[in-house]
Amino acid sequence: MCGIAGLIHRGKSSNVGSELQGMLQALKHRGEDSTGYALYGDTDGKNFIMRFKVGENVGEGSSSVMEDVSVYDERKKIVDQTLAEMGAKVVKEERTLPYSLRYEIDYDTKDLLDFSQRIESIPGVEILSMGKSLEVIKDLGNAKMVCDRYSLDKVVGTHAIGHARMATESGVDIKSAHPFWGYPFSDVSVVHNGQLTNYWNNRRVLENKGMRFMSECDSELIAVYIAEKMRHGATLQEGMKESLTGLDGVFTYFVATKDSLGMAKDTMAAKPLVLYESDDLVAMGSEEIAIRSVLPQEIDTYDPFDGEVKVWQI
Amino acid sequence: MANIKTVSKKSKAQSMGMHTEVLTGRTQQKFFNPDEAENFYYFGTYDVDFNKRTELDVKDMTAPEANKEIDNLMSQGYGTIVIKNPQGKHSLGVGILNKLNLIFEGSLGYFGMGSCDGPIVRINGRVGWSCAENLMAGKVVIEKNAGSCFGAAIRGGDLICKGSVGARTGIDMKGGTIIIGGDAGAFTGFMMQRGRIIILGDVGINLGDSMYDGTIFVGGEIGSYGSDAVDSELTSNDQDWLKRKLKVAEIGENFDVSKMKKIVAGKKLWNYDNLEPTEKKGAI
Repeated sequence: MCGIAGLIHRGKSSNVGSELQGMLQALKHRGEDSTGYALYGDTDGKNFIMRFKVGENVGEGSSSVMEDVSVYDERKKIVDQTLAEMGAKVVKEERTLPYSLRYEIDYDTKDLLDFSQRIESIPGVEILSMGKSLEVIKDLGNAKMVCDRYSLDKVVGTHAIGHARMATESGVDIKSAHPFWGYPFSDVSVVHNGQLTNYWNNRRVLENKGMRFMSECDSELIAVYIAEKMRHGATLQEGMKESLTGLDGVFTYFVATKDSLGMAKDTMAAKPLVLYESDDLVAMGSEEIAIRSVLPQEIDTYDPFDGEVKVWQI
Repeated sequence: MANIKTVSKKSKAQSMGMHTEVLTGRTQQKFFNPDEAENFYYFGTYDVDFNKRTELDVKDMTAPEANKEIDNLMSQGYGTIVIKNPQGKHSLGVGILNKLNLIFEGSLGYFGMGSCDGPIVRINGRVGWSCAENLMAGKVVIEKNAGSCFGAAIRGGDLICKGSVGARTGIDMKGGTIIIGGDAGAFTGFMMQRGRIIILGDVGINLGDSMYDGTIFVGGEIGSYGSDAVDSELTSNDQDWLKRKLKVAEIGENFDVSKMKKIVAGKKLWNYDNLEPTEKKGAI
């Protein structure tokens, strides 16, 4: 089933970590195999923030295996060495869990493709997100468990999207959890509720164009699909509109960039979404109760119609 | 009304306005016999006094707790119940088989007022998916917007949304009337088998797709027609009925019903003509 939630503050920052935690926890009955956050925090914009993992948290049906912490340490060393070879300087390093790391990197490039390919060529290493504002944090368990594990409740920023997952199309692990980073674009993330029926056809086409897939989760296709469109000059909104015909199945998804948040709903309108919009806040989720966790007072909400694409700026 | 004691079973039902079709060929229809009215009895219903009013704050209650308390209040004879702080909770007010004035001061989540038979409900907010699913009789009025599958499979009663509704409104409906003050989404009237839908605003693609029977009236633009949905002539009887319904619904008071489009099924499928329980009750 899965639940998605997102919010964007316009013209100000807020405690988006805590707010998104409340929204996703309200949707935990839609799935708590894993929960993921894409948080756009307030930063000085100088350094890249790279969230990556050097191992898996393995749940039911996962194709991955649990490994010894010493393996993670070895992989981390190779990542450090590769970064040094590329001239990327690690300004700050955090290791929240043995397999999960956060680096602030001083690195002067606009094209992250080569950078990402080199890091991810290290076996067992996956970049969860790369950007100057975006941080993707995802792990097994419900929203509160993940929030507590990664201390996300104090993150201040402008916008965020998140996902409460009930695993149906692939196993329970971090690589299949949402949000997905819009590889190789800085600060692009995607969450999705639904099923895509032309996943393999699209995947083959996109892989032939040089795009990378890290999981067998159909939702990853949306991130790759839109990233590929943007790579060829489309705006976010144009890419999302093209996805309504390029992707087959039932879906409602959110895409976020450094300064915007968008939603798209397929033409069957079979996946739910409730939306609240005001001058200073847009909040949306699979169910109204998600919005009620940040706006408990009586408000006007609505369901976007079939084939609708909307994008908001901060 | 015709003297139902003296006419044949078939013409009794027709004279009471329950159906007008002249059926030919193979059919499974069975007509209601008013002489058997005493056999219709609903368990778990209460004698309530509409002047006996109370309030119920459900802020800290789960949906089952709130629904149980509504039932408890009805058992005490309360005929008017005001629900405070519903706060988008799911499945509130389901399974009420009673005459009751029920007022929600706020919004409901999914499956609000599902499987009800008889209550008059006013929701001073919005509702999520599948509001009033399988409504048998009564009236439900929503002051704001509604989600998808609004009035799915209803069999009777009036379901009114003063705002806009999502996709698949009236899917599989088998009777009753759905009235929308704003716009409606895609696949409205999908597989509807009976009843009427009125939409004052625009409607999305595939209107009335695979409909078997029933009628849809649209005041605005139509995205596209679904399979088997066709235009029909808007008669003066239709216009009179629309005016009466909109007045009862407290919306579209000055709406020009003469410009509405009437959409019906292009095919006739006879096997959907059995009387529904609500129609049987209506004849008692």
